[in-house]
Amino acid sequence: MSARIGVITFPGTLDDGDAARAVRYAGGEAVPLWHADEDLRGVDAVVVPGGFSYGDYLRAGVIARFAPVMTPVIEAARAGMPVLGICNGFQILCEAGLLPGAMIRNQGLHFICRDQWLRVENSDTAWTTRYDTGAEILIPMKNIDGCYMAEQSTLDELEGEGRVVFRYVGGNPNGSRNDIAGIRSENGRVVGLMPHPEHAIDALTGPSDDGLGMFFSAVDALVKA
Amino acid sequence: MARVVVDVMPKPEILDPQGQAALGAAGRLGFTGITEIRQGKHFEIEVDDTVDDATLEKIAEGFLANPVIEQWTITRVDA
Repeated sequence: MSARIGVITFPGTLDDGDAARAVRYAGGEAVPLWHADEDLRGVDAVVVPGGFSYGDYLRAGVIARFAPVMTPVIEAARAGMPVLGICNGFQILCEAGLLPGAMIRNQGLHFICRDQWLRVENSDTAWTTRYDTGAEILIPMKNIDGCYMAEQSTLDELEGEGRVVFRYVGGNPNGSRNDIAGIRSENGRVVGLMPHPEHAIDALTGPSDDGLGMFFSAVDALVKA
Repeated sequence: MARVVVDVMPKPEILDPQGQAALGAAGRLGFTGITEIRQGKHFEIEVDDTVDDATLEKIAEGFLANPVIEQWTITRVDA
């Protein structure tokens, strides 16, 4: 049985093609989901990819958060379905309340587009079991609203519970609190990060294949289940 | 019918890089005496009589503003 992983396309999504390709590279079946869908077509997991859904109007991710497809995503995520939010997808999951905190404009105001080293801080999630804790990976990042913000009490909770999944190494690129690049939900099934693992699955087209482990991890979790 | 104004601002403790950039640029343009600029959003909303204050509060808190990073004020303006 191959794992069926949904990839959502909102108006303005950019990285759904690469996210679907990453799912297929990892041996999963990529199932396209449309923003107006009211059910998840029987998928076992969902990737909310990056881009500029609804032009980032009002606030990055907020309008997508209210799209019809998000109702079943939120419901399934709360019931334990693995969900990965990448970049704009991370912003959407924060707006939806599946992950705490919010992203603001990068300190320095630059749109940052570069290959970025991250440290894997937690391999106990549906999306990171293929990594060793402490491993450093190189994947692209490209955003202008990537500065992770949360209240101090939220940060203390995330740190205390091991819910910081990825941290920037080699300097903080955008002012994110505690150098946070990615976090997870309490149960470890929902993960969000600003950099793009789906762009680093093959050395032919990316800086490394370090991102592929996230998709292998999800396929492992689903096939075992 | 009434007009409602919702002003959304970054919380005081949240870094506002856009306001900081505007402050720096104002100095370079030769404007003196400016000690702080913070940038927010201003919404003008036309509502009919069925929209009560509780609904406006919900629109502001759950949609127009993100309580993690922003604060807001709601003002009914006489039509």
